[in-house]
Amino acid sequence: MAGPARGNILISTEECKGCGLCVESCPPECLELLPELNAYGVHPARYTGDGCTGCGICFYCCPEPGAITVYRLSPPFKPIVEGDSHAAAL
Amino acid sequence: MPTDTKVDVKESDILAAGYQVSHSKSPVFYDKYERKDELQHQTHYCPGCGHGIAHKLIAEALGDLGLQDKTIFVSPVGCSVFAYYYFDVGNVQMAHGRAPAGATGIKRACPDKIVISYQGDGDLAAIGTAEIIHAANRGEKITVFFVNNAIYGMTGGQMAPTTLVGQKSTTSPFGRRSSNEGFPLHMAELISTLEAPVYVERVALSDNKNVMKARKAVRRALEIQRDGIGFSFVEILSPCPTIWAKDPIEARKWVAETMVPNFPLNVFKDKKHEPVENAVVPQRPVPEVLEIAARESTPIAELPKHVHHFKEFEIKIAGFGGQGVLLLGQLLTEMGMREGLEVSWLPSYGPEMRSGSAHCHVCLSKDRIGSPLISHPDVLVALNEVSLRKFASQVAPGGLVLYNRDRLPADFPLPQARIICLPASEIADKLGSTKAANIVMLGALLEETECLLAATAEGVLKTKIKRVAMMEVNRKALAAGREFIDNYVRVGAVSQPDGFAY
Repeated sequence: MAGPARGNILISTEECKGCGLCVESCPPECLELLPELNAYGVHPARYTGDGCTGCGICFYCCPEPGAITVYRLSPPFKPIVEGDSHAAAL
Repeated sequence: MPTDTKVDVKESDILAAGYQVSHSKSPVFYDKYERKDELQHQTHYCPGCGHGIAHKLIAEALGDLGLQDKTIFVSPVGCSVFAYYYFDVGNVQMAHGRAPAGATGIKRACPDKIVISYQGDGDLAAIGTAEIIHAANRGEKITVFFVNNAIYGMTGGQMAPTTLVGQKSTTSPFGRRSSNEGFPLHMAELISTLEAPVYVERVALSDNKNVMKARKAVRRALEIQRDGIGFSFVEILSPCPTIWAKDPIEARKWVAETMVPNFPLNVFKDKKHEPVENAVVPQRPVPEVLEIAARESTPIAELPKHVHHFKEFEIKIAGFGGQGVLLLGQLLTEMGMREGLEVSWLPSYGPEMRSGSAHCHVCLSKDRIGSPLISHPDVLVALNEVSLRKFASQVAPGGLVLYNRDRLPADFPLPQARIICLPASEIADKLGSTKAANIVMLGALLEETECLLAATAEGVLKTKIKRVAMMEVNRKALAAGREFIDNYVRVGAVSQPDGFAY
């Protein structure tokens, strides 16, 4: 793929509990668990550095409120319908 | 293996490379959680717990809908008891199972707030079944998020009402048997059968697609509350890796493969907004409700001024249910009120409406009344023999007993008080209604003690009695009671402790 990936991810090593749900859920499979332990004795997740599309699935599948931050190349695109689903339904 | 240098990637590097933040921690969460010292950046949930995901979905929806400042979050008992550590909104923590009841009160007191009840299956479907069913049935305009993991998590894996048939738990070690423990409760289906709920859906945190569906359901539920439409309920099937003894990924699969077939995912109810009927209760002024409007035409000021020769006057009225024992007490208290006294009325009766024993305490006082309970009444009105035998010894020395017979029982010990025997029931019979015996007693009581005015009694009776004929009987009964004291008593119908006539 030419140019930088569309998305990027930053995972807080200390907030991550190493459950691995983000690794499991990542559609382009660009996350992994570090072989090293963090301060709490778990293997935190990390972006391999390649292939992120910025879809945000890992963010929603991660149980920690602030462990994962997802970035997208500007201008951001939003595949997930945002906003007022109730108003849309009406 | 990737190199370790990438661990040290900083946000500034990413932003400098032309990226923008698209998903990050919701501002609805606190920056730091006020829990144990070293763990203020992490939730207390186990790795892979569904609560964290549910929290995130709710927080994101609240933030996006702009509801953070007007949200009150009701935490349950269970693993999510500490939700107030995380959500930067108004927080209340309720007793086990009572979150919908608390949410009801909050929502009714603050109808413009967004009130969320967040509960687990042990909380909502076991101890709190009554609360959720009735909150839903009343159509409280709250949102309930029901996190169902088919087990008691916090207490260590006991069987919950939602535990699947065959599922092992610490209290069903051979698996749940439907013959002994019944079948799992399907709360979303149960609630959707009720008339009032507007939106009922079951979602699962089982895979990417279902997590995104859950996100939509959470939003829809909150929008329904924001628009004031009605009760919304979202059941979230959620993994509990620790108690299920699975790793987080297996647990997620177990939700998809085992829970979802048992708890089908569906929108069970999504009512269109119907106009609500006017909820304002019609207000009527107190005199109108009490039907004492007539009193205004004869104000207290027009009554002859009565001087009360007591500081506190205590009356005990006893008999069997149906004799008007409690009514007589109420009449006395209302009369006292009209004459500007402090009053109290303390009834005591069994579950029987008629024929059980009943008594009441009436206190008339010029000062505030400390206790409505009377130990030594100034007057005992004994409407039958049982009451006389039971209570006569309690009467204060020098007090008065009004006994509803023409003479005392032969073996009755003479008490420390004066006794007046008057056959009130017989007198009332002659007047046309045995029911008026209590009013005969009232007349006698007023005439003998002069504690209150007979004119006040007539005024009160007028407001209590609707039928003209009955009012006439009561007026006669009141007069007959007074007459008995005035005339007949003097002739010698009064028994005195010393054996002499009054």
